Amino acid sequence: MFPSRIWREKAQRYRLEAGKCTTCGYIAFPPRLICPECGAREFETITLPDTGKILTYTVIRVAPSQFTDEAPYAVGIAELTNGVKLMAQIADCEVEKIKVGMEVVIEFRRVQTHGSHGVLSYGYKFVPKWY
Amino acid sequence: MVGIVGYGAHIPRHRIKVEEIAKVWGADAPSYKKGLMLTQKSVPPPDVDTITLSVEAAKNALKRAGNVNPADIGAVYIGSESHPYAVKPSGTVVADALGACPSLHVADFEFACKAGSEAMFVCLGLVKSGYIKYGLAIGGDTSQGAPGDALEYSTAAGAAAFIMGSDNLIAEAVHTYSFTTDTPDFWRREYEHYPQHGGRFTGEPAYFRTTMGAANGILEMSGMKPQDFKWAVFHQPNGKFPLRVAKMLGFTKEQIEPGWLSPRLGNTYSGASPIGLTATLDVAKPGDMILMVSYGSGAGSDAFVWKVTDRIDEVRDKAVRTAKLLDENLTFVDYGTYAKFRHKILKNN
Repeated sequence: MFPSRIWREKAQRYRLEAGKCTTCGYIAFPPRLICPECGAREFETITLPDTGKILTYTVIRVAPSQFTDEAPYAVGIAELTNGVKLMAQIADCEVEKIKVGMEVVIEFRRVQTHGSHGVLSYGYKFVPKWY
Repeated sequence: MVGIVGYGAHIPRHRIKVEEIAKVWGADAPSYKKGLMLTQKSVPPPDVDTITLSVEAAKNALKRAGNVNPADIGAVYIGSESHPYAVKPSGTVVADALGACPSLHVADFEFACKAGSEAMFVCLGLVKSGYIKYGLAIGGDTSQGAPGDALEYSTAAGAAAFIMGSDNLIAEAVHTYSFTTDTPDFWRREYEHYPQHGGRFTGEPAYFRTTMGAANGILEMSGMKPQDFKWAVFHQPNGKFPLRVAKMLGFTKEQIEPGWLSPRLGNTYSGASPIGLTATLDVAKPGDMILMVSYGSGAGSDAFVWKVTDRIDEVRDKAVRTAKLLDENLTFVDYGTYAKFRHKILKNN
């Protein structure tokens, strides 16, 4: 991931900032300029909740080079408590134990590592809720 | 009056047992368990580093701090000897992830295992002087021990975060004292992956002399005796050293028990005594006095006398307790997984 992209997307990747349409309430993540529901152009910035439930997932066993240390791992879509659906890696969980409907929380993790000298990418991942 | 407004810890869920490491190197596990007085250590998975541990610990500190607006945090200091970048501060990522940017001062600290308490020391000073309203001090590490070295049995991962301020305190910093000399007991040269240490030299002339120097210094400064404290927290490179230094100073095992985590956690370096303090605050009552003494090779110790306030009962359970992070939801890994997680295997590029 290029440094410019990390910098551009950090409000979403680091802080889960979304845009909420001030006309119809549609939540855009990442934020948009125009609401796809009502066409309005005004949004307020909100922070997404950090808990949800897994809706679906897939298991990656043959990983791209920057993720080989984590294989096998799962990538899933969770419905957050405000209804927003979000896709992320499911960490800290044996892939055999993942279930649809499993409660998850969002944690801040290293998302990509580019060799020994590339810039480090950080962002959100799901982990099983346990307390 | 200055002190702690919010505190929090974070520890990875993965653990490796002493027996699993000893098996690979043909070492005698019971000897290591007895000699180091520890049974297991925490292991960070590949997507966990000092930055991610710091963010999660700081989020817990913010939960306990109540209505502190991250934008009011005037300084973020992270003490660690495993900052993910050699050049680019960990604190920049942490501050942005918390929403504290851009009007603040950020720096990464390094002083072996006491870099976290350095951050606490400096934040308290800046709050006391009125330069900042709140300061975020973090001690965290994903420490490295060379394969087969005695250090490999103890080097662990974890972080603790403290929001320092002057109102709504959980614990008042009543006294601070620092003790430093040039004592080359442990070091890592530039571009080297693993640290070197002076073997038994790390004990008497280094850890014990320095920790005792700081503890005796702050006891003299405050006019207090070990009996005046409900709790004490010392740096814990293994299970044995903090127990021994406590006895040498006149503290009982009961006084250090809540913050004596190394037998089940290992040595989290810059996170060690700060995480011990979070576990102690988790069980402390209003009015309790706590002595905390860190130790960093090189060598130095920072000492603090904390007085717990009534607010502890309100905030204690607003975030996960440290003992829960330490003892629940654990996954034990074998040496192969540990070696992969800690990048100890040379791979083809």
